[in-house]
Amino acid sequence: MDLSAINWLLLLASLMVASTPILLAALGELVVEKAGVLNLGVEGMMITGAICGFAIAVETQSPVMGFFAAALGGAVLSLIFGILTQVLLSNQVATGLALTLFGLGLSSLLGQGYIGIKPPLTAKLHIPYLSDIPYLGQILFRHDPLVYFSLILVLVVWLVLKFTRAGLVLRAVGENHDAAHALGFKVVRIRLAAIAFGGACAGLGGAYLSLIRVPQWTEGMTAGAGWIALAIVVFASWKPGRVILGAYLFGGVTVLQLNLQAAGLAIPVEYLSMSPYLITILVLVIMSADRSRAALNAPGCLGRSFHASS
Amino acid sequence: MIRLEKRPSPSRFWTMLTPVLAVVLTMIAGGLMFAILGKPPVEAIRTIFWDPLFGEFAYYFAPQLLVKAGPLILIAIGLSLGFRAGIWNIGAEGQYIIGALVGGGVGLAVYPSDSPFLFPLMVIAGGLGGFAWAMIPALLRTAFRTNEILVSLLLVYVAENIMASMALGLMRNPDGAGFPGSRNFKDYPAAFNDELVTGVGMHWGVLAAFIAVIFAYILLQRHMLGFQIKLTGQSPRAAVFGGVRPARLVIFCLGISGMLAGLAGLFEVTGPSGQITTDFNQGYGFTAIIVAFLGRLHPVGILLAGLLMALTYIGGDAAQLNLGLPSSAIQAFQGMLLFFLLGVDILSNFRIRFRKREVV
Repeated sequence: MDLSAINWLLLLASLMVASTPILLAALGELVVEKAGVLNLGVEGMMITGAICGFAIAVETQSPVMGFFAAALGGAVLSLIFGILTQVLLSNQVATGLALTLFGLGLSSLLGQGYIGIKPPLTAKLHIPYLSDIPYLGQILFRHDPLVYFSLILVLVVWLVLKFTRAGLVLRAVGENHDAAHALGFKVVRIRLAAIAFGGACAGLGGAYLSLIRVPQWTEGMTAGAGWIALAIVVFASWKPGRVILGAYLFGGVTVLQLNLQAAGLAIPVEYLSMSPYLITILVLVIMSADRSRAALNAPGCLGRSFHASS
Repeated sequence: MIRLEKRPSPSRFWTMLTPVLAVVLTMIAGGLMFAILGKPPVEAIRTIFWDPLFGEFAYYFAPQLLVKAGPLILIAIGLSLGFRAGIWNIGAEGQYIIGALVGGGVGLAVYPSDSPFLFPLMVIAGGLGGFAWAMIPALLRTAFRTNEILVSLLLVYVAENIMASMALGLMRNPDGAGFPGSRNFKDYPAAFNDELVTGVGMHWGVLAAFIAVIFAYILLQRHMLGFQIKLTGQSPRAAVFGGVRPARLVIFCLGISGMLAGLAGLFEVTGPSGQITTDFNQGYGFTAIIVAFLGRLHPVGILLAGLLMALTYIGGDAAQLNLGLPSSAIQAFQGMLLFFLLGVDILSNFRIRFRKREVV
């Protein structure tokens, strides 16, 4: 193996790009779970967002329109889940799985005419002055706008959850929906809003894959990214700041194994490709083994249906 | 306004009727979807549900029904036990792949052999392979309380990579001129899972599926373990007080479902599929989740649901051929079915009351 063949500067720069889709999806799912809903359909919403964004961006030749369409597509799909679980009181685990299966089918149906097409390119945003810093500028400050958007979104979610009334209500609904209902909060509406936000974020993450990271459309292109996002929420113990850490860790593993493949490491390609999944499992085990941490932070009503009896 | 009133116990009438209602609703919604795609809706639905059984080419399609239903029923029976107890194994696809690789690997390792014990040995190896793969999430859950949903699902991607590695490396056909894929089991009589009766589609895997249905029925209706499974699903706390050991139940449910998925994989790879390739799995492990729910997690229901789902597979192939319908449309169709099923479930758990709006 020739380690010097790896350009470490480029590796670190591409780390942020590789992490952004998972970061966006995980952040959306964090808000959903904070509201007490477990949506296992992240993978389905991501891939639907990927094709919606791709199709609209190609048709309008505008990536911005594409990202809006992706967020809308993800949100609409997530509301199917929302109505089923919140209004029709179906089992959240089963409905989430249905959403993933349906999303995978729907996306390959929508994407039939878009295989092998190149999307319009998203311009990179060179932040003035900062991007001229040697080394650091290339790694941190010469990315597309969405990388910065995702980081700002983490900050906003953290601020809203921690310092605003709306955030407090959302957390109350997630911790104890009966108490929140007794206080007069509209549990179902708040949860639906959270689910739609999660869907929009997952859609954006998917579109980031199809429009910037890859960039083209292939069936099943998310390849488990949605499931990794779900795992990262557990890893982050439901704290927005730690979602960045988790997403960048997995982005780092992904980029590193791709670079090792290119450098011709003596390990077969397939074993390198499975490493991000194995490391996700390992991290999950470490997090859940710590009894005090894992159990305390999970929202109290996570995954439970709410039905106001009166 | 409409009010929902929780029933003391689920309505038996609606529990039986809701799957039928969901299928009808899916046909209507699916018809709309086909209309949007620019295909004649009625003809598409008829091609999928009617023609394979009663149409002109039924002699070709009908045997396929058992071939497709076998693995679906086998996997779904295993999954349903866990789902009833609130233990979610959604990585059956991975256990299916590993079962096929381990069982198939045993056969390939001793090539060429004509021992009559070879095939039974491969079956045992396949079951053990799936069992072992399912033990990973089971032991992680019992030892570290790691979420079995995420672990079992993530292991599917790991299994897919192992499958690719095997098809390109260790198990590649040495006489295959460098093409990926193993030896074809069709040319290896001692290891081939042949039709038991020619032209019916009945092979050992289908037989195993029927046996699994009977065993699951007895387990759930007549055996202590079945009672413990049902009790844990309805009230985990009460179950613990009643003497159920949750850790054992997790290992049993995941182990059984992994073993059955592994068996399904072995029967498929040595029979209808015939070869270990980089993508011999067909998503049966995921479709089986729909089958389990469509069958109401009941063995007899799963038998019927498996046949129906197999029909959509064959009908989908026919529609692809005759109407140019994309293959992915069937996948979306199956997902839709699960949505409707979960949605109409409210009828069996709740009463709908109409009354005037009160001041609240």
